[in-house]
Amino acid sequence: MTCTEFIAQLDDLLDNNVAAPLRADLEEHLRGCEHCVITLNTTRKTIEIYRSHEIYELPGELRDRLQKAILAKCRKC
Amino acid sequence: MLATMPETEPLQSTGEIHPDILLVNQARAGDVAAFEKLVRQYDRQVFRIAQHITQNREDAEDVVQDAFLKAYEKLDQFQGNSKFYTWLVRIAVNESLMRLRRRRTGKMVSIDEDVETDEGSMPRDLADWSPNPEAQYGQSEMAEILRKTIQGLPPGFRVVFVLRDVDGLSTEETAETLGLSVPAVKSRLLRARLQLRERLSRYFRKKNGDGVK
Repeated sequence: MTCTEFIAQLDDLLDNNVAAPLRADLEEHLRGCEHCVITLNTTRKTIEIYRSHEIYELPGELRDRLQKAILAKCRKC
Repeated sequence: MLATMPETEPLQSTGEIHPDILLVNQARAGDVAAFEKLVRQYDRQVFRIAQHITQNREDAEDVVQDAFLKAYEKLDQFQGNSKFYTWLVRIAVNESLMRLRRRRTGKMVSIDEDVETDEGSMPRDLADWSPNPEAQYGQSEMAEILRKTIQGLPPGFRVVFVLRDVDGLSTEETAETLGLSVPAVKSRLLRARLQLRERLSRYFRKKNGDGVK
């Protein structure tokens, strides 16, 4: 398996969506390719970091104001 | 708004009616308090998606209001064969793109913009990251890095990454929400993930320069 073939399967591997025979091939490739090990680990970390940090938080005061505005308009429908 | 109860209520795969469907049915019957629960449930996510697409705080606020209001007005059109959330997000994505278009004085904006790029199709930065990269930065500095990094992606990659990896929608739900094919979502997700990884490497790579040669 080449690195290009490995990268094509990267998403399915990250999403745990790989059948056993293909998984064995991917793991075999990883045993001999440090580049792909790094790519797999750092891509997984990228997803984890974005999941665990709320970068566009809706502040409580603004949230209250938006909710009131939405519901006031709904009541007029 | 006309209040009509559907004759049949859609069932989820478990056989249970999703709580959102019950709230939608109550809201259709004129119960604004039921709709309020849906607003409280999803306003943060809608705001986040709108911010990611429009990159503008005022526009994102307007999108939250307009998307929920439009959803309320169109509740009778909600078929119940998809999740209420994915239906709502589809409205919010369209509203966000419309706002973006206005900012660009009528220039066409779509989620297909700038996606025909080879960037990110293969990793170039092969340096490993430090074991706990987040520890190097304070919380607000970290948020700024993540904002700056994702803002550099084309909108069509950003929105796929946010729906799939941050919001946790399935590939099929993301495709349905954005009006894309499943292979298009998969292709964009892979490139979005790889581009973000590449860009974050500038901040998180091991400082002693001992990455893989």
